[in-house]
Amino acid sequence: MSASATAHAGAAGAEPDLYGLVAEFDSVEALETAADAAREAGYRSMDAYTPYPVEGLDEKLGMEPTRLGWVVLAAGIAGALLGFGMQWYANVVFYPLNIGGQPLNSWPQFIIITFEMTVLLSAFTAGLYMLGRNGLPRYHHPIFSTPNFAAASRDRFFLCIEARDARFDPTAVRTFLEKHGPVRVSEVAS
Amino acid sequence: MSDDANPTPTLQSIRERLDGTKGRTFWKGLDEVADTDAFRSFMAEEFPRQAAPLESSLHRRDFLKLLGASLALAGLSACARPEAPHDKIVPYVETPEQMVPGRPLFFATAISDGGYAEGLLAESHQGRPTKVEGNPDHPASQGATSAVSQATVLTLYDPERSQAISEGGAARGWDQLAAALSDLGDGERVAVLTETVTSPTLARQIAELKDAYPGLRWHQYDPTHADGAVLGAREAFGRDLTVVPHFDRADVVLSLDADFVQTGPGRLAHAKAFAARRRVRSADDAMNRLWMAESAPANTGTLADHRLALDPAGVAGLAAAVAERLGVAAPSAPRPAALEDAWLDALIDDLQEHRGSSLVVAGHDQPAAVHALTHAINDALGNLGETVTLHEPVEARPESHLDSLRDLVAAMNGGEIGTLVITGGNPVYTAPADLDFAAAMDRVDTTVHLGLYRDETGMRADWHVPETHHLESWSDVRAFDGTATIAQPLIRPFYGGRSPHELLALLAGDPDASAHDLVRATWRERIDGDFEAFWRRAVHRGAVPDSAAPSVDGLSVSDVSGLNLPQGGNDLVLLLRPDPSLGDGRWANNGWLQELPKPFSKLTWDNAALLSARTAERLNVRNEDRLELTASGRTLTAPVWIQPGMADGVVLLHLGFGRDAAGRVGAGVGVNAYRLRASDAPIVAPLAAAKASGRTRLASTQLHQALAGTGERRHIVRHGTVADLQAEPDHPTFVHPVAHHDYDLYENFAYDGSAWGMVVDMTVCTGCNACVTACQSENNVPIVGKDQVLVGREMHWIRVDAYYGGSVDDPDFYQMPMACQHCEKAPCEPVCPVGATLHDHEGLNVMVYNRCVGTRYCSNNCPYKVRTFNYLQYAELSSNATEQSLAANPDVTVRSRGVMEKCTYCTQRISRARIQAGNEDRKIRDGEVVTACQAACPTDAIVFGDLNDEESRVAQDKRSVLNYAVLEELNTVPRTTYLAHVRNPHPALAERGTGAA
Amino acid sequence: MGVRSGSVETQRAIRPGYDPAGIDDTVNAPVLVGVGRTAAWWWIGFGISLALLGLYLASVVVLVTQGVGIFGNNQPVAWAMPIINFVWWIGIGHAGTLISAALLLFRQPWRTSINRFAEAMTIFAVVCAGLYPILHLGRPWVFYWLLPYPNTYGLFPNFRSPLDWDLFAIGTYASVSVLFWFIGLIPDLATLRDQSRTRAQRILYGILCLGWTGSAKAWQRYQRAYLLLAALSFPLVLSVHSTIAMDFAVSVVPGWNNTVMPPYFVAGAVFAGFAMVLMLAIPLRKAFHLEGMITMRHLDNAAKLMLATGMIVVYGYFVELFDAYYSGLEFERFMALNRVFGADHWWAFWLLIACNLVAIQPLWLRSVRQNPWALFGISVIVSIGMWLERFVIVAITLTKDFLPSAWGGYVPTFWDWSLYAGSFGLFGTLFFLFIRLLPSIATSEMKELAHHDAHHGSDPFEEIRQDVHAKEARS
Repeated sequence: MSASATAHAGAAGAEPDLYGLVAEFDSVEALETAADAAREAGYRSMDAYTPYPVEGLDEKLGMEPTRLGWVVLAAGIAGALLGFGMQWYANVVFYPLNIGGQPLNSWPQFIIITFEMTVLLSAFTAGLYMLGRNGLPRYHHPIFSTPNFAAASRDRFFLCIEARDARFDPTAVRTFLEKHGPVRVSEVAS
Repeated sequence: MSDDANPTPTLQSIRERLDGTKGRTFWKGLDEVADTDAFRSFMAEEFPRQAAPLESSLHRRDFLKLLGASLALAGLSACARPEAPHDKIVPYVETPEQMVPGRPLFFATAISDGGYAEGLLAESHQGRPTKVEGNPDHPASQGATSAVSQATVLTLYDPERSQAISEGGAARGWDQLAAALSDLGDGERVAVLTETVTSPTLARQIAELKDAYPGLRWHQYDPTHADGAVLGAREAFGRDLTVVPHFDRADVVLSLDADFVQTGPGRLAHAKAFAARRRVRSADDAMNRLWMAESAPANTGTLADHRLALDPAGVAGLAAAVAERLGVAAPSAPRPAALEDAWLDALIDDLQEHRGSSLVVAGHDQPAAVHALTHAINDALGNLGETVTLHEPVEARPESHLDSLRDLVAAMNGGEIGTLVITGGNPVYTAPADLDFAAAMDRVDTTVHLGLYRDETGMRADWHVPETHHLESWSDVRAFDGTATIAQPLIRPFYGGRSPHELLALLAGDPDASAHDLVRATWRERIDGDFEAFWRRAVHRGAVPDSAAPSVDGLSVSDVSGLNLPQGGNDLVLLLRPDPSLGDGRWANNGWLQELPKPFSKLTWDNAALLSARTAERLNVRNEDRLELTASGRTLTAPVWIQPGMADGVVLLHLGFGRDAAGRVGAGVGVNAYRLRASDAPIVAPLAAAKASGRTRLASTQLHQALAGTGERRHIVRHGTVADLQAEPDHPTFVHPVAHHDYDLYENFAYDGSAWGMVVDMTVCTGCNACVTACQSENNVPIVGKDQVLVGREMHWIRVDAYYGGSVDDPDFYQMPMACQHCEKAPCEPVCPVGATLHDHEGLNVMVYNRCVGTRYCSNNCPYKVRTFNYLQYAELSSNATEQSLAANPDVTVRSRGVMEKCTYCTQRISRARIQAGNEDRKIRDGEVVTACQAACPTDAIVFGDLNDEESRVAQDKRSVLNYAVLEELNTVPRTTYLAHVRNPHPALAERGTGAA
Repeated sequence: MGVRSGSVETQRAIRPGYDPAGIDDTVNAPVLVGVGRTAAWWWIGFGISLALLGLYLASVVVLVTQGVGIFGNNQPVAWAMPIINFVWWIGIGHAGTLISAALLLFRQPWRTSINRFAEAMTIFAVVCAGLYPILHLGRPWVFYWLLPYPNTYGLFPNFRSPLDWDLFAIGTYASVSVLFWFIGLIPDLATLRDQSRTRAQRILYGILCLGWTGSAKAWQRYQRAYLLLAALSFPLVLSVHSTIAMDFAVSVVPGWNNTVMPPYFVAGAVFAGFAMVLMLAIPLRKAFHLEGMITMRHLDNAAKLMLATGMIVVYGYFVELFDAYYSGLEFERFMALNRVFGADHWWAFWLLIACNLVAIQPLWLRSVRQNPWALFGISVIVSIGMWLERFVIVAITLTKDFLPSAWGGYVPTFWDWSLYAGSFGLFGTLFFLFIRLLPSIATSEMKELAHHDAHHGSDPFEEIRQDVHAKEARS
């Protein structure tokens, strides 16, 4: 009772302080069914926290596929142009020199550096884009205040329905979550 | 400190003397102080380095380095009023008034080598001599130089030269020496020992001395003096004569162990003259023929068309055989086994076909009998007056130096000598061991030694006087043909030396006479008319006009059948010869010469017992084993080096090594061959040899030399005969053994200005090494020391590769100067990650030292391996510099550790010419740019110039059918190419192996 | 733990019964224990490594003060041990990237348990390798002149030089490897953060994991990025050793100028790399009791790859010899003969044949492939053999090239050896720190794998197991 009371209080007064309601499961299956149900129930702003990637969980949560691939492709092309351009410019335009009697634009000798520049730019774009879009590095995240959240990186699975969801109502969400046999459901302040 | 009556003052006492004085008088006062012997001795002992400039030239400003070293000197230099030099020296091309900073001046002078002049032009940068070139106006050099005279620039600055007059090690002054030598009585107990004297001034001074002191004895000793030649001429002609061969007039030359291009007076002139008759560009060019009999491979042997390796007795035997066949009443000598009839027949035919245009020469160190017999043969061939001319003797007193020394030592041991004055030379080291000169010196009350170094003799002598370097003093000296040169100094005595002239003047009681005045006095006597005009012209040209020795005609050779020739009969003989680099040992402390790879063996930093493969087998030794050599009752252990081309049964050991008191560079290097030198067998001695325990590592710069096998298939050295050339005049197979097509994916860079290139004529290259030292001097190439040479890190920019063709027992020799080939498609350039080596607009492959990070990839990718790398700090940097670094050429960077370097085609000389031509708004003329190696080369084997100038010599030579590029199949398009090696064997004899190798 | 070779269990990438928590405890326990309870063997190993590292630093000091002259290099042998060791180390690195990248792309989940330390090995090997080219410079302190920027005279480095290609290739390889490795570490660092026992650990791993939450959205991007990095690393690793091979292939030096170099260098790199993987994995699994995760199956597969690449390398040797003969060039033919029969160094060639051809033949037998000690021994021999190969290619080739007048010899000096021995100290120090401070097995991936095995009941290695059953049936 007291729990629901505080929930009401929170819903009434401290609504903006609430980040969301988090259910802790001890198996992937439970998490997956809960996720399915949540999407059918119309919840959109939600996320799951698991110790390892769970195949298909992102679709279950109705997430868009990432655009990372295209960004990396663009970076790769940029790297190739930059790599070759640098060599061509340095040898043909900026400071033409007679080296071993070879033509200024001896392009076969520029291929390797061009290739390496391609890989360098695309690889770092992939890594940094991933970190950036995931908001990393990050000093703090409300979800960390979830009870027993440490287990999220070990062997427990968490589903969070966030307060910013249009259809969010603490009581309804709690009852909804309780339905799927979580270890516990807890409110997480933002 | 000395402990005699005249105690050397302390700095304290000098200060006390100075404290009294004030103001200007203070300086005057210090001058006075400084001028006393006492002060000088004090300086010499407390600050040896500073003593020198103090002694010689208080006011010289040339060497900032030497000023400001002590309170006294700093004061003096700061306040001295600049004074004009005492005596005027005359620049070769420009007068000092026109001196432009950065542009060197050239002064004509000469080096005396074995008493004979080699005319030089010394290059001086703001009063600092850095390089010598040959004097084109001098008959003995004709523009060329020897490796040794190039290297003497380094000796000039050698910090280990003696720097103060000393008596028993304690510093003394000139006046004190004068005092010590003031009482000579009637000269009865006085002896003067000189080296070979050709100098008119020395001769005059000695003559005057003898007038003043009738009893005075004059002896000469030079360990390399050609006693045999002097006595041989006497035997043959009954009087003293100087015999001059003329190789430019000879079609056929028979050399009886005469290394005439490398040893003896006039060698440079002879090399030039001989090569002039050997220059082949096309099938139409005539070529002389050289028959060579030699006991050990010598540079001249490289040129031989027919070479016979004979032991010394065999050489005499050949002479006898030839004489007999030519109908000369000759003494008998056993005919050498190696001499085949066919060979002798062909030789005799050749000589007889060329009566009057043939030439027989006997070696510098051949015995008198062989020389006399040689004169007889030339007489019989009608060569006298044609290819051989006779002249009044050039030496002041031609004699056997060995006899002269023997007499002197006898007198010394007999206690007849009270005062012995040695004006140069190092007899304690160089005298035959059995004479024991050192012991004899102890029997003399006062011995005075004049020398560049306080050497073995200087240590033993009571008095030692530092001698002037030949670039430091006025003198005069005569060339092989008698032409006199008035040698002028380039610089005041750097370490305060005295010249022999001044020492003799002191002996004559005139201690203040200057060499300048003495030399002038000599010539004033001889010149009537405007003396000053004569003086200026003579000094300026570097050769006194018409001073050649007058020729003596109408002489014929008397009967020589009575001579006794060496009969041989020893199965093993020792042959003692001066080292090709160090001479009799006087240059032992010269690093350039120590590290100069000896011809053929390419040994550095050592002498070794050189012997043939067969002899080595007989003695059961390998390279670097040790041999215990016993000759004339003395024993010496020397390392072994197997030298193809040595006559069997001959062991050659070079003199000049194993010095005790040579200095840090030369002391203890190699073994002292003089220990085996006996006065009755000074050159050839019966030998007993046995393998000794242990091994000695020898630092040879070239390990693989045989052309056989893979060497042959690489087509590096391409050689053939005149016959081969005439058979295929347009496209000789031996020049282009394999078809080569230069396909290329890229179109070539255009060089529309100058395009520098070089051609090397292998036919006339004698491997004399002059180019190597010249390059070292011009380009500040550092030496690395024996240990580094052993690792394989020698730094020479140009090396002379030696290859042997034919068999190990009877090889042909090939010399291939190898420096950066300046490939137009240089493999070294694209692989440098920082672009430190690249092409300039005239096609030079340039090396940017300060951009080089030292990956050494360029060296790996250089097919010619002509790049050298500063693995350690070899060059002297300002931080660790000694006076030695003053020999550096200011126009060339001194390289630091960790950078690659290589031949630059003397780019600094090209720039100088380019600027000159630019100022005069004209093109650079052919021959205006002369590389250091080209300038030094006595046989003009190296030609450099602009390939875009159709008329240039180099362009013409490149059009020769003999022209080829080494490793042309790599399509590196080298700017340096070679003219295939051509020999001219006698048609009657089986031709030597031809084809490419 | 005794392992029954050939049994079904040993064919698995992870033994059943490992739940996620179990994986954590096995892998992370040794990382999280207090300093006081660090295993004795670790201290010993770390101490030896530090000692060698000291030798390394001492050698570097002497090198920089005295100059490269302290090495045995000369003219003509301008490249020698520093370059040999450089190629050797860089080769070792390759296996790590191949395991983590190539096998991931080829969907070989068994890689999971060894990729973490294999990647670490890669990075540390690249560190050891990368320092050599700098140290062997005549003027090491200006190595940065190779970087692509115009100097005060407006001069760029020479992009035509294979050495500049090396700079880009190795630079890219090193940085991408580190990125790949670190990204793989993030979830495990989060695990360590959550399981840390001390405040220090919590701060350390908390910072390192960048605040990873393990949200589904994050995992989605994470997996895509990881896959792309793998896809990029694979061609990259092939390009790196090919580029290094070009240092030799594009030169004119007989024995270097040969198109077989790049593929044969890459094969050699994988060959040496897997040898090193085995030399590290075999003791590691014992020490940390990881036999359940680094199973016989891993050793067996690594051994097979070693055998395959080894035979490719040997093929390379014979192609070289054939090319030399077929080229018809005296220089090439002489070089080939000189390597094989040359008076000074013939032993090196025959020794490397013994190491790289003869010694690996036992790997055809499964009994050998599944005997850790035999594998360890063979791996050591192979590492020596690959060093000798580089010795023959780099040093001996240079002793005798075009002009006989310029031929020379080569003898390494004390400092050549001390810098080589020291580089093991550098590698060891880094590696011991790694196994002490970071999970040497990717736990999150292992959990995924275990989840696969357990829950879906399906075994990614079903077919292999069938095949093994068949074999056993026959025998």
